[in-house]
Amino acid sequence: MRKYTPKGNVQGKAYYTDRYHVVPSVPTFDVATDEVFAKQLELLSAKVEVKSAKIMLGQMIVEINHADNFKALETLKTECDYAILSEMSAVDYLAKDGNFEVFYQMHNLKDVKRMRLVMRIEQGLAVESVVPLYKSANFAEREMFDMFGIVSNNHPFMKRILMPDDWEGNPLLKTYPLQGDEFASWYEVDKIFGKDAREAIGPEIRDQSQIDRYDTKRFSRVGYEVPFGADISEGETETAIEYSKTFLVDYQKADGVKPAEHRK
Amino acid sequence: MAQHQVNYASAGGLPIALTSVDHLVNWGRSNSLWPLTYGLACCAIEMMAAGASRYDFDRMGTIFRASPRQSDVMILAGTLSKKHSEFARRLYDQMTEPKWVISMGSCANTGGMFNTYATVQGVDRIIPVDIYLPGCAPRPETLQYALMMLQKKIRRESANMNNNRKQNLRLI
Amino acid sequence: MQQPNKLSPFFENLNFEREDNTMVINFGPQHPSAHGQLRLVLELDGEQVVKAYPDIGYLHRGIEKMAENMTYNEFLPTTDRLDYIASTSNNYAYALAVEKLLGIEAPRRAQVIRTMLLELNRIISHLFFVATHALDVGAMSVFLYAFREREFAMDLMEDYCGARLTHSAVRIGGVPLDLPAGWMAQMRTFCNTVEHELEHTYNALLEENRIWKMRLEDVGVLTPEDALSWGCSGPMLRGSGIAYDIRKEEPYELYSELDFDVPISETNDSYGRYRLYMAEMKESTKMIKQLILMYDETEPQLMAHAPQYISAPKEEIMTQNYALMQHFVLVTQGMRPPKGEVYVPTESPKGELGFYIKSEGEPYAYRLKCRAPSFFHTGLLQEILVGVYIADVVTIIGTTNIVFGEVDR
Repeated sequence: MRKYTPKGNVQGKAYYTDRYHVVPSVPTFDVATDEVFAKQLELLSAKVEVKSAKIMLGQMIVEINHADNFKALETLKTECDYAILSEMSAVDYLAKDGNFEVFYQMHNLKDVKRMRLVMRIEQGLAVESVVPLYKSANFAEREMFDMFGIVSNNHPFMKRILMPDDWEGNPLLKTYPLQGDEFASWYEVDKIFGKDAREAIGPEIRDQSQIDRYDTKRFSRVGYEVPFGADISEGETETAIEYSKTFLVDYQKADGVKPAEHRK
Repeated sequence: MAQHQVNYASAGGLPIALTSVDHLVNWGRSNSLWPLTYGLACCAIEMMAAGASRYDFDRMGTIFRASPRQSDVMILAGTLSKKHSEFARRLYDQMTEPKWVISMGSCANTGGMFNTYATVQGVDRIIPVDIYLPGCAPRPETLQYALMMLQKKIRRESANMNNNRKQNLRLI
Repeated sequence: MQQPNKLSPFFENLNFEREDNTMVINFGPQHPSAHGQLRLVLELDGEQVVKAYPDIGYLHRGIEKMAENMTYNEFLPTTDRLDYIASTSNNYAYALAVEKLLGIEAPRRAQVIRTMLLELNRIISHLFFVATHALDVGAMSVFLYAFREREFAMDLMEDYCGARLTHSAVRIGGVPLDLPAGWMAQMRTFCNTVEHELEHTYNALLEENRIWKMRLEDVGVLTPEDALSWGCSGPMLRGSGIAYDIRKEEPYELYSELDFDVPISETNDSYGRYRLYMAEMKESTKMIKQLILMYDETEPQLMAHAPQYISAPKEEIMTQNYALMQHFVLVTQGMRPPKGEVYVPTESPKGELGFYIKSEGEPYAYRLKCRAPSFFHTGLLQEILVGVYIADVVTIIGTTNIVFGEVDR
């Protein structure tokens, strides 16, 4: 039976997990501990429904519904003086919770405060674009669309920004492998030479730890450079690694008798 | 670092007999290689440093030209992403013969540390490369060494480019 | 002799249909003054730009996705390649974000060294700015002069960490190496050289130069409202008159103890920004000189003491058994930070560089987003380029000081 690999999250996992490790959390504080934030939260909750609010590492994190994002940002801009939208993007929680978490990182220059507005949105739904309020969202929302597939309604130019226009797939989803899927691995060959050139050029070499003793291309030999593909083995044949036989136990003996029986 | 005496007359051990016309033409070609400014990422900064005050590239006879029609060498410095690969090939096609390619840095050689979906794993998937220059980023002196290596290679090639390219019967 | 491929020549660049039609020009991804791989599709009416569309993504390498597949310490050298002109500032921004998440603080000597390296990187980056900006505008000799100073700075960085360009000079929890002998004396000489050259070379060549002023004044005017709306930060923001510097307002490292000014420009144009960069370089040399004096009073501890997250110093690892075991576990499995999220802004030479890290308690980050200042400054180009002449396009791209490692990540 082959090993079960969960398809919901194909990103790398640590090879060894500590079974008894209890994950601590970063300490969070109640919003009431900070005056300025408390006041801003009050102004915000008067306009939109606030699902939760807390202060973590000096920044307030407020959770709202995804339908209210424009209204919330408008309130933050006009009443709470958050003049800069530093950053916005999404986090893929599809495998865990079945939705994305979109966050807006806001910056108040006057009171020197930063806060984050988060909201959960399911796959397939769209957010309202905030470009009329903050022009920095122009590129940021396009990047979110490119990387996650979350469309922003009423965006002036909703097209892919970092990947080529004819790319298929959204790279930052957890289901997208780091090294790219089939489409990605042949993209440049198909584009430039056409599909028939795939065999001539060959697949990508993705194995970073491939070591060939007589490799001249990926290991430099300063002062002894040779033409491409030259043979530097000088007639030696590469011998396979031989393990010492005294320490190797042969568990699958050909006669079907278990090792314990042999030793008796 | 090795040989300071440059032997213009040696054929480098290859069985191609070089005539004196070959020597003259190769001398001219190798001593005035004009690179195409093709700096993509961090290696571009080292290429600029190689062309700047301390590691002067001009003493090799190089002048960085921006147009592919006017350049001989394409120094691919930096990561080639898949979005850009089409343009790299287009520029290579627009370069006039004789042309050579130096792939500078790990990202251009093999994709480097960016073993990801958006990086071409080695520029030689698209463009035939003459000199591979490893490093991340290679020092400017290393780039100059690579150019000198290219000069050595040019000097032992026959001046008729058709003979050289026939050896490489791959698609690209 | 051309090998066959599917790319056919096309001439989409020029569109002449009617008398009054605008011309669409491709300021392509390969361009000597595009500062990297910027493709600007410009619609021109004669020589004036009617519409500008910046097309980016030609250097997208999937760095954010790499972070989800590597441990925190493994990812640090990758951050080098973001703003590859001043690498230590990205390393530091990342290390600071992780340290904040872990709740640890670097020891004092490490802070002194880190701040010195940050300011040195600021000088390196600003010298590069002057070099490329002047080269694009046409003052080519400034390029050579600036690179001469930059070589001294890169020598310093190489003496410290071994690499000229991609430093990885900062670790999570401190610095890995102490300053070599004589480094601070060389640093002091370098600061004096920079101050001398700022006055005698760059200012003498450019400051009151009639051509320079004509090319730069009233070009790339960015109103404060636009600057705020577009998410500008750093010199772009201060160049529009908004007095905000993260080193002063939200100080990190030793900036609260240093005495420095933050230059602001009221003229909103490229010339003001150029003078701002020059003044900032002077402030950096001032800061470095103060830091050199602070170094001797510090205890020789380079990495924070947090055995759960950070390995012990090498002397202990080589001699003590438990330190070796813990180091092995941290290197192979990676450290497990607490569950939570953090966003830490730092003042990189280009602007506000911040890392948003979301951790689920696993050794690999769950999400890492790099807030790159150049990304938003590139978005700004679509508005600021409208109505300028083609010669000014080059000036404006230079003055926004964008570096594509950051923009595309």
